[in-house]
Amino acid sequence: MEYDLAFIWAGLIAFAVLVYVILDGFDLGLGILFPFAGTHRDRDVMMNSVAPVWDGNETWLVLGGGGLFAVFPLAYAVVMPALYMPIIAMLLALIFRGVSFEYRWRTQRFRWLWDWTFFLGSTIAALCQGIALGALVQGIEVEGRAYAGGWFDWLSPFSLATGVAVVLGYALLGATWIVLKAEGRLRDHMKRLSFGLGLATLAMIAMVSLWTPFQDNVYFDRWFAFPGSLWSYTVPVVMVGLVFLFFTGLARDSDIQPFLAALGFFIAGFVGIGISFYPMIVPPSLTIWEAAAPDSSLWFALVGALILLPIILIYTAYAYWVFRGKIDPDKGYH
Amino acid sequence: MLASYSAEILARVQFAFTVSFHIVFPAFSIGLASYLAVLNALWLWRGDRVYRQLFDYWKKIFAVAFGMGVVSGITMSYQFGTNWAVFSDKTGPILGPLMAYEVLSAFFLEAGFLGIMLFGRDRVGKGLHMFATAMVALGTLASATWILSVNSWMHTPAGYGFNEVGQFVPTDWWAAIFNPSFPYRLVHMVLAAYLTTAFVVAGVGALHLLRNKADAEARRMFSMAMWMAVIVTPLQIIAGDAHGLNTLEHQPVKIMAMEGHFESHPDGAPLILFGIPNQAEGRMDHAIEIPKLGSLILKHDPNAPMPGLDTIPEEDQPPVAIVFFSFRIMVGLGFAMLGIGAWGLLQRVRGRLFTPGWLHRACVVMGPMGFVAVLAGWITTEVGRQPFTVYGLLRTSDSLSPVDAPAVGTTLVAFIVVYFLIFGAGTYYLLAMMNKPARLLKKDLRDAPMRAAGITPLPEDDTGIKGQEQ
Repeated sequence: MEYDLAFIWAGLIAFAVLVYVILDGFDLGLGILFPFAGTHRDRDVMMNSVAPVWDGNETWLVLGGGGLFAVFPLAYAVVMPALYMPIIAMLLALIFRGVSFEYRWRTQRFRWLWDWTFFLGSTIAALCQGIALGALVQGIEVEGRAYAGGWFDWLSPFSLATGVAVVLGYALLGATWIVLKAEGRLRDHMKRLSFGLGLATLAMIAMVSLWTPFQDNVYFDRWFAFPGSLWSYTVPVVMVGLVFLFFTGLARDSDIQPFLAALGFFIAGFVGIGISFYPMIVPPSLTIWEAAAPDSSLWFALVGALILLPIILIYTAYAYWVFRGKIDPDKGYH
Repeated sequence: MLASYSAEILARVQFAFTVSFHIVFPAFSIGLASYLAVLNALWLWRGDRVYRQLFDYWKKIFAVAFGMGVVSGITMSYQFGTNWAVFSDKTGPILGPLMAYEVLSAFFLEAGFLGIMLFGRDRVGKGLHMFATAMVALGTLASATWILSVNSWMHTPAGYGFNEVGQFVPTDWWAAIFNPSFPYRLVHMVLAAYLTTAFVVAGVGALHLLRNKADAEARRMFSMAMWMAVIVTPLQIIAGDAHGLNTLEHQPVKIMAMEGHFESHPDGAPLILFGIPNQAEGRMDHAIEIPKLGSLILKHDPNAPMPGLDTIPEEDQPPVAIVFFSFRIMVGLGFAMLGIGAWGLLQRVRGRLFTPGWLHRACVVMGPMGFVAVLAGWITTEVGRQPFTVYGLLRTSDSLSPVDAPAVGTTLVAFIVVYFLIFGAGTYYLLAMMNKPARLLKKDLRDAPMRAAGITPLPEDDTGIKGQEQ
């Protein structure tokens, strides 16, 4: 029996990226919200709520990059130079943010400094991820087996819009995460922020969604060529349901419902992008089959992924289970 | 200033810079993760609180070093693509899956269990906490295994063919993974990581013994480190020698550069102890050499003929001076470690291991030398591979991304500034933690956010240990 390995792998890479967005989104979001926390103690609680798991969250980003290198090396070789500046800015931002987790607890005098690096690192990383997404959606110029555009092609009003959308969306995830993990004044504060961030995120999602079909005729047809596009409309319909759940969750003071609904926004948006994209991996010219490594590489990597990914998901879930429940501000895992 | 350099040389400098910074942290965390697993196991087994105290002490240091390793490592996984896109496209079908296995089998394991190891003892109990600690150690070793397979393949490629678009494609995964230099490189690197950590631990232990020879934790860690030094250093020298012979078989040009053999020696090559390589003229200036010893070491025959760099076209030669000097630094430090190990054993036999003296001062000086040796070793092997990225098959100059020099130059400056700031601060915090005796660690900042009020914690007696169990 013939398997379409490139298709399976495109699904797995998309899954890894989605898991990354789900897990690291709220984690970066906390950093984006850092200046909006009232006190040092609030910031302690916010950071402690992810301290045991952030390493694992960020590993999905390494899997996204490493996986692309493994199974779609041509796409990796084209996309990285095309997004040179945003990718490197993101890496540097992640460095600042990552070390803040440890450094912040090592000093009194310079704690403000690591609060700032945590905020700026998280925000710039989120912005760059959004810009990279937008730049990919608007298309990358390829000639032969290499990137053929200039080194500022990634910068456009559209990519800036997606950048801002991701920053706001991550902040929303962070705020609803704190609603889930904290108590008292900090939780109330984040709940209020969730409301405003929810509105802002939805506005950005609407704007980007309406703008995307005009980036490429193929996208346009996916959404507006009847009757094929009718399937595509399940996404906005689901989205409406999620919006309802989000606001009712906030209204009835649910701990977890706003967070899950906000994650739903991201998943729906992700599926929407997938509908526009497929079967391209680097629009407008490279399909997943053109960019795929030879079958022997795809098979070899697939065996490992199918065995190890479920195990990873199990122990990741276990780690979250171990650190479940509200954060006790007096205890401090540190 | 940077404008006068080509994108290729800037990209090489950038990669060398970021990977050199990166390697320091894994080298430390591989060794430290195993050390922590041993300490925790000994604590559970013997019930001796000193082990537990040491575990908690080094655990905090590990957390900082590990975090620095993670963030500098993420950079590496993207830099192949940003700066070396052609290399990525061509080698991706072979190296990509190996790196994917590294992520799946090692990175997730380390990161997934790290939280439980650092923060979860009270939540999961001693048994599962021990399991998590062992998983973190296993993850660091698995990571080293895969990445050294990848690296070794670039030195001694095997199990590959080419497809119609010029990519390397796998023909035999087993041969590709267990390529000829991989076992040697893996053993050499893991032992290096263990020795590096042992000397850091020895340095910290010695420092605190010099201040207080009754410090129980310092005595314990110093004793453990000295055992490592005396047992592992000789093993490392043997492993290094075997690795050298393997290199002679597969990359003879690198050995010529390491040995500084510009000329061929048909009747046995000398061992050049020191000299100033003059690559332009193709000779070694001011050489101090021992006749025939080079052939004796490398071929086990004093009269064995050894071809020199004069048999290699100039465009295929690595930069000799860098390789020649870095190799000598590594070997020199290796023998210094051997000396320390022997000295430590002598003092132990004489019952003076914990009596503050010159051994302890020497150990403080040697504390960071493992890192220097690791870097020197990597420079030897990586610069010695030039001018190829995949040895003999893909030239460095043909591996580069289509990027412009200003872009690479700008990001290079950004990397340099950020790394010095961030890792400078990190090193400062690491040293500050090491500067405190293990006994006083319990109520430092991390355990006591309450200290924000400005109360300096008092040194606690043993009853404080219970408090830490929470």
